[in-house]
Amino acid sequence: MNARVQSAPFDLAAEMRGFGEGAGAVVTFCGIVRDDSGRMTALEIEHYPGMTERALNDYGQEAAGRFDLTDWRIIHRYGHLAVGEQIMMVATAARHRRAAFDAADYLMDWLKSRAPFWKREIAHDGSGEWVEAKTSDEEALARW
Amino acid sequence: MTLDILYFAWLRERVGQPRERIETEAATIRDLVAELAVRDEWHAAAFADMSAVRCAVDQQLADLDTQLAGSREVAFFPPMTGG
Repeated sequence: MNARVQSAPFDLAAEMRGFGEGAGAVVTFCGIVRDDSGRMTALEIEHYPGMTERALNDYGQEAAGRFDLTDWRIIHRYGHLAVGEQIMMVATAARHRRAAFDAADYLMDWLKSRAPFWKREIAHDGSGEWVEAKTSDEEALARW
Repeated sequence: MTLDILYFAWLRERVGQPRERIETEAATIRDLVAELAVRDEWHAAAFADMSAVRCAVDQQLADLDTQLAGSREVAFFPPMTGG
C-alpha cells in the first residue's frame, strides 16, 4: 500500500512479486508513452514535489476504503521519457475481480486530472508543447 | 503574512520563475491573484485566463474562494495531465 514518484524506470514484474498476497484478484495497469502525432520523440513530465506524493497516497487510501482493497500500489514517473517507455503503473488487489478492476479504473481517472503532473510533448526538432487537459478526462471523474 | 508562491508548467514559463516569496494581506486566492496579476506584464500574462488556471493551498487542491489565513504555500498551475 504505497505510492512512489520517481524519474527512474520501474520493473512491473518485480513490483508485482509478493503484491496482494492472499487476494483473489490482482489488476495492473501500465501507461506507456505513445506518439499520436507522428512527430513526437519523448514526453517531459513536470510535477509538484511534496504535493504529488501526498495526492497519490490520498487517492490510494481513498480507493482502498471504497473498494475494500487488500493492497494497492501507484508508481508515477517524471522527467524525460522516450516514446515506448513506461510512465506509470497502478496495481490493485481485492477479494474479487470487479472491485480490483473498478479500483484501478477509479485511480486512473483521478491520476489523469487530479494528480499534479504536467506533460510536455517533445518533437523531433527539440521543440516542446504542453499537453492540454481533455474534457473527456474531466467527465470520466464524474462517473465516481 | 509571508507566502511562498509556486508556478508550474506554462504558468512558470510565463511568470519567468518557479517560485517567489511575497508579503500579502490577501484573504482569498481570488484576492491574491488580483495582487499578483498587476505585478508586471509576465504575471499579467500568466493570470490572463483564470479558466485555465488551477491552484493548491499548502499542497491541497483549492479554488478561488479558498481562504488564505494561516497558509504558507500557494501554487498555480494549468489543469493537470497525469496518468
